[in-house]
Amino acid sequence: MKFINYLKSIQDVSVYPMVSLIIFTAIFLVVLMYAFKASKNYIDQAKQIPLNDEK
Amino acid sequence: MQLERFSYDNRIVKWFATATIVWGVVGFLAGLMIALQLAFPALNFDWAPTTFGRMRPVHTNAVIFAFVGNGIFMGVYYSLQRLCKARLFSDLLGKIHFWGWQLIIVFGALSLWMGYTTGKEYAELEWPLDIAITLIWVVFGVNMFGTILKRREGHLYVAIWFYIATWVTVAMLHIVNSMELPIEFMKSYSWYAGVQDALVQWWYGHNAVAFFLTTPYLGLMYYFLPKAANRPVYSYRLSIIHFWALIFIYIWAGPHHLLYTALPDWAQSLGVVFSVMLIAPSWGGMINGLLTLRGAWDRVREDAVLKFMVVAITAYGMATFEGPMLSLKNVNAISHFSDWTIAHVHVGALGWNGFLTFAVLYWLIPRMWRTELYSKSLANAHFWLGTLGIVFYAVPMYWAGFTQALNWKAFTPEGVLQYSFLDTVNMIAPMYMLRSLGGLLYLLGALLMVVNIWKTVKKGHFQAEEEAEAPALVKIEAHKGEHWHRFIERKPLQMLFWSLVMVAIGGAIELIPTFLVKENIPTISAVKPYSPLELHGRDIYISEGCYTCHSQMVRPFRDEVVRYGEYSKAGEFVYDHPFQWGSKRTGPDLARVGGKYPNSWHFNHMYQPTSTSPKSIMPRYSWLLTTGIDIMRTPKMIKGMQTLGVPYEKGYHNRANGDLDVQAGAIAADLMKEKEIQQIMEFEGVKELRYTKMVALIAYLQRIGTDIKTVSADAKPVH
Repeated sequence: MKFINYLKSIQDVSVYPMVSLIIFTAIFLVVLMYAFKASKNYIDQAKQIPLNDEK
Repeated sequence: MQLERFSYDNRIVKWFATATIVWGVVGFLAGLMIALQLAFPALNFDWAPTTFGRMRPVHTNAVIFAFVGNGIFMGVYYSLQRLCKARLFSDLLGKIHFWGWQLIIVFGALSLWMGYTTGKEYAELEWPLDIAITLIWVVFGVNMFGTILKRREGHLYVAIWFYIATWVTVAMLHIVNSMELPIEFMKSYSWYAGVQDALVQWWYGHNAVAFFLTTPYLGLMYYFLPKAANRPVYSYRLSIIHFWALIFIYIWAGPHHLLYTALPDWAQSLGVVFSVMLIAPSWGGMINGLLTLRGAWDRVREDAVLKFMVVAITAYGMATFEGPMLSLKNVNAISHFSDWTIAHVHVGALGWNGFLTFAVLYWLIPRMWRTELYSKSLANAHFWLGTLGIVFYAVPMYWAGFTQALNWKAFTPEGVLQYSFLDTVNMIAPMYMLRSLGGLLYLLGALLMVVNIWKTVKKGHFQAEEEAEAPALVKIEAHKGEHWHRFIERKPLQMLFWSLVMVAIGGAIELIPTFLVKENIPTISAVKPYSPLELHGRDIYISEGCYTCHSQMVRPFRDEVVRYGEYSKAGEFVYDHPFQWGSKRTGPDLARVGGKYPNSWHFNHMYQPTSTSPKSIMPRYSWLLTTGIDIMRTPKMIKGMQTLGVPYEKGYHNRANGDLDVQAGAIAADLMKEKEIQQIMEFEGVKELRYTKMVALIAYLQRIGTDIKTVSADAKPVH
C-alpha cells in the first residue's frame, strides 16, 4: 500500500531521507571521534566521580 | 588546597522517596483494578469514575508521572548534589517543586476521574494542569542548573548529561504536544487535527517513553549501579557514545506507532529505520551496565540491590530489543492494537523502571537513615514476588496478543471471517485473569518493600544534612585565563544547547513535512465538519475514554476491510481535534461504525452492553441516560473549532443550537418508538431523551466514517 499521492504532493520529498542520513552519520562520526580521542586521564577521572563523592 | 565545607540536603530526597513509594502503590493498585475489570466487567461498578475508560488514564498517569516522576526527582536530587559536590541550589525551589508536583498529581487524578481529559494518551491532563506542569518543570530546571553551575567538580559526569537531556527534551515535547485551544475552564481542543495530531501525539508519546522513562533512569543507572557495585562503570567511552546516539536516534522513532495508518508512507518508513537503529545505543547502554558488574557477580547472589538492578537492566535490554522488532511493519501488522504492546510496555515499566526504583530505594533509605536495611530476606522475597509478577504479567499478555491478532486475521476456507470480534475477546479471558495474578504478585512485593522500609526508617536516624567538603572549583581552573564563572557555566549550558539541537533536528525533519502536507492532503469533498450535536457526542466519547479500548483506524488489511469496512484515509480526519485513532482494540474498531446499527441498538448497547452483545466486557454507561449535555457550551465549541480552521459558516455559533435541537429531536423520536426503550426510561425516571448524553453520543457514533460512504469514488486513493 503506497500513499503515493501524499509523497507526490511534497516538493523534493526525497531530500528528507538523504538529509537525515547525512546528519546522522556526521554526528555519529563526530561523537565516535570525540569518545575515542578523549584523553585517558579525563576518562579515568570522570568514571571515578560517583565513587569519590563520599569525601 | 583549601577545602570548603558544606552539606548535602537529604530532606528533599526523603520527600520524593516517600512520594515515589506512595504513588507507586497507588499506581499498581489502579493497574490491578483495570486488569481485573477486563476479566470481571462487574468491577466497573456501573459508576463513571471507576469505569475502565477513566481508570486507565489514572493508572498510566499515576505510574509514569507520579511513581516514575517522583523516582526521577528522588534520584536526581540525591546524585546531582554528590556528582557536583555542591548543595542543592535552592531549598525553597525544592519545596515548590515537591508540593507543586504532588498537587498536579492529585488534581490530575481527580480531573481524570471527573472525565476531564484532552483525549491524547499520556497527555490527558487539561490545559490548566498543562500550564502547572510547565511551571513546575521550569522550577526543577532552575534548581538543577543552579546546582550544576555552583559545582565543585570540574567534569560533568555522564549521568548529568542524561538529566540535562531529559529536562530539555521533556520541556520541548510537553509544550509542542500540549498546544491546545481552551474553550472554557478544563476544556480545550487540540491545536492539530487528524494526521498531524496523530504524528505530534506519537512523537510525544514515544519520546515520553524515551525521555521520561528511559534517559533519566539511565542517568540513575550510571550513578547508582557503580555505587552499589562499588566499581566504576565498565566503559566511560561507551557511555559517551551511548548518550549522544541514544538521544539523537530516539526522537525520530515516533511514527512506528502509526504503521499502516493514514500517516504518509515516508514518515512511517523514517520511523521504522530509526527504530531499528535504536537497538545499537540501547544495547550499548545495557552491556555497559551489565559489564560494570564484572567481577562482582558473586555479590549479586547476596545483595538485593544488585539483584533488582540486574533484572532492571536485563528488562531494559529485552524491551529495547523488542521495540525495534515491533517497529518492523510485518511484525507490527500483528502486534499493533493487541495485548502484545501491553506486554512490551510492562516489561519496561515493571522491569526497568519499577525494579531500578526499588533498587535505588533499598540503597538510599538505609544510607540516609544511617542504618542497615531492616530485613534482607524481606527484600529478597520482594525480589522474587516482583520477578514472578513480571513473568505472570508478560507471558499471558504475549499469549493473548498473538492469539487474538491471529484470530482477527483468520478466515474460513469459504473466505469469511472465522471469528466475531467478541469471540476473540472471550477466548483470551483466562489470560486476563493470569495477568491480574501477575499484577497482584508485583503489588504484594511492593507492599513488602513498604513494610521493610518503614521498619528501617523506624530503627534509624534520619540525617537531614550530610556534611561534606571539597576544594572549590575556582582554584583549579583559575590558570585557564578565563573568568572562572564563564568556564563553569560554559559546559552545562553547552550541553543543554547541543542536546536541544540534537532532539530538535529529528523532531523538525519529522514534523515539518507533515505540516506542509496540510494544504495537500487529498481533500475529500464529502468530508464535512461535525454537526453541533455530534461535537457534543464527540466530547463525551473523549471524556469517557472510549479511545482507551476502541480504535478509529481501519488499516488496509483484508481482514480489517472485511470486518470493519473501507480502510481509513488521511483526508477523513481533517476536522478531528483531537484525533481519536486509539492504540488498542479491547473492543472493535469504530472508524466505520456510523450507520452500521440502528439508533436503538446503540442505546441498548450502552445502557447494558450484554443485552446486544452477550459476554461483552464493556462497562455499562447507564448515566449517559440520566445526565445531559450543556447546550450553553455549544457556541463556544463552534467558535473554538472555527479558530482552529474548521469551516463553519460565519455566525453559525448563533444558530448551532437550533440545528442541535432538530437532530436531537429526530434521534430521540426514533428511539422512543421502541417499547423496550420506553420501559428503560420509565425505570430510570427519564422523561425526555432529547438533551441526554446518550442521544449526543449516538449522533456522533452514527456519523463516524460515514462521509466517504456516500461518494466512495471521490475518495479513491492512488495505489
